[in-house]
Amino acid sequence: MTEPLLKVENLQTQFRTEGGLVKAVDDVSFEVQPGETFALVGESGCGKSVTALSIMGLIPNPPGEIVSGKIEFNGVDLLKLSGREMREIRGSKIGMIFQEPMSSLNPVLTIQSQLTEALRIHTDLSKNATNDRAVELVDMVGIADAKTRMKQYPHQLSGGQRQRIMIAMAMSCTPQLLIADEATTALDVTIQAQILDLMKDVTEQSGTALLIITHNLGIVARYANRVAVMYAGQLREVGEAVEMYTEPRHPYTIGLLRSVPRLDSEKGTPLAPIAGEIPDLTNLPSGCAFSPRCGWAVDKCFEESPLLEETSSGKKVACFEHQSVALNVQ
Amino acid sequence: MAVISDSSNEWELAPPFSTRLKGMFGSTYRAAKRDLVLAAAISVLLVGLFLAVFAPTLARTDYERTDPVNRMLAPNSHNWFGTDNWGRDVFDRTIVGTRMSFLVGFSVTLISTVLGVGIALVISYFRILDAVMMRFVDGFLAFPTILLALALISLIGPSVGNVIIALSVTATAGKIRLVRGAVLSLRESTYVEAAKAVGVPIPRILLLHILPNIVGIIIVQATFTLASAILAEASLSFLGAGVPEYVPSWGNIIATGQGYIQVGFHISFFPGLFLTTTVLAVVLIGDSVRDHLDPRLRGRLKTTAAQQ
Repeated sequence: MTEPLLKVENLQTQFRTEGGLVKAVDDVSFEVQPGETFALVGESGCGKSVTALSIMGLIPNPPGEIVSGKIEFNGVDLLKLSGREMREIRGSKIGMIFQEPMSSLNPVLTIQSQLTEALRIHTDLSKNATNDRAVELVDMVGIADAKTRMKQYPHQLSGGQRQRIMIAMAMSCTPQLLIADEATTALDVTIQAQILDLMKDVTEQSGTALLIITHNLGIVARYANRVAVMYAGQLREVGEAVEMYTEPRHPYTIGLLRSVPRLDSEKGTPLAPIAGEIPDLTNLPSGCAFSPRCGWAVDKCFEESPLLEETSSGKKVACFEHQSVALNVQ
Repeated sequence: MAVISDSSNEWELAPPFSTRLKGMFGSTYRAAKRDLVLAAAISVLLVGLFLAVFAPTLARTDYERTDPVNRMLAPNSHNWFGTDNWGRDVFDRTIVGTRMSFLVGFSVTLISTVLGVGIALVISYFRILDAVMMRFVDGFLAFPTILLALALISLIGPSVGNVIIALSVTATAGKIRLVRGAVLSLRESTYVEAAKAVGVPIPRILLLHILPNIVGIIIVQATFTLASAILAEASLSFLGAGVPEYVPSWGNIIATGQGYIQVGFHISFFPGLFLTTTVLAVVLIGDSVRDHLDPRLRGRLKTTAAQQ
């Protein structure tokens, strides 16, 4: 195995709120290999976005703070870098696409000035060269009439086009890692597929690794090589994306899969949502955070929190009962 | 109704900056053509500007020299606005007084806008500085403008420069509060976060990404500052804390006429009329600019117009 591009180790990010300390990301470790597509899945508020912002060094402090852990990127611990050094990595080595294409472009600046911003900051290219590169980028993300677009403003583009521009912006300096934080959630389904195909294409062309953050299991199945399932700030299961569907090992993963409609299920079969609701992050249940909602929970689950362990098949699961879960599912 | 609803969207589409600058006069012209009140207000301001620049050469008399023989004349064919208690021509003094009002008004507006916006942008990114600065701002805004200006002038002495300084202080405090609020809310917007994610340094974010978004409210606020500064200068001169008596200023002339209001109301009336008209014109322009810059208000104007 090659050196991982991104290595997150025991990351802990906390927020001090009026309701108490929120451990938004609690002891999270994962690796992203160069060029691969890695998905981080989980429901709202489980810490996916905070993980992404921690990698980017964009956690608002206060109230947020990265308490401990390491984020190694190309072997360099990002958490030890100065503000200036981190700024040089942002946009040039790591790009990020946000959730809301409608509001992630500045309404009063032209497409050209926003597209060339990263190039102007991170490269020594001349004005003409950056403008040419911007036209190239708009072409690359499949927007027709690139030259005219340069002088337009965001409100003159559709949601899908804006997200394409965001991709172009994030890819302008050919980063090694592209983080897509729910990048397609706000778009309608047909556009979602186009945008994801586009991200996959452009990242494959430049060998950029893609970190997809989503709650959509369909996206994971189709685009990701590997996937990590997150619940209440902790990783519950990490493994190959295909295995996640064929042999899920964590009760939460199984719950997620069952709550999504499937084309091959019999007509009229009701969906099986996960019972209960996500725990209050300021007041997590003792033991495994998922135990109150878990059908497999045994006494131990309410007392101790399971750690991520490697199973015989090579995937990692954080569950005391994963062997009985495995038997039960098959 | 039709006039407004079929008005083209020249305010809605923001063209590139170069054409925007060229188009500014064009769109102002088109807006003025639709809106007679705006047209009148702009005309008043243009006449005022013309007088402020050329009045001393237009004046037919020596407006500072006394002429006791011709004192207290009612308006007549030679002295259009009559003469005051020293026999000075009220028309000449009034049009020359325009200069003082506009000088103070525009200086205060320019100084307070530049300082206010600058300070607000800087403090919005430093929590402690922000907390300290805002308490000062609160303090300044707690005083009525005129009272604070009077206190400052009694401290540093009456002169045109000091009037400008005194009025700029309170106007700046107001600007800081307004712009800081806008910056703080824009700072949380996704596009500012996106700019950070591209590695844009903070000063550049403030100047290139946030400032262009608040130009609208700055312009609108500037027009109201202009109006209130013109009024405040007149008030200070009226109270004798402004420019020296022999220098014509609307406030001075009104103060002179005050003692003779029953025998010669023309002395106070004409400069008062000029003052009122100018301030009204500036406020109307400000209103109109705000209506055009605020897309939500623009929609409302159209619907109310359609209902009528």
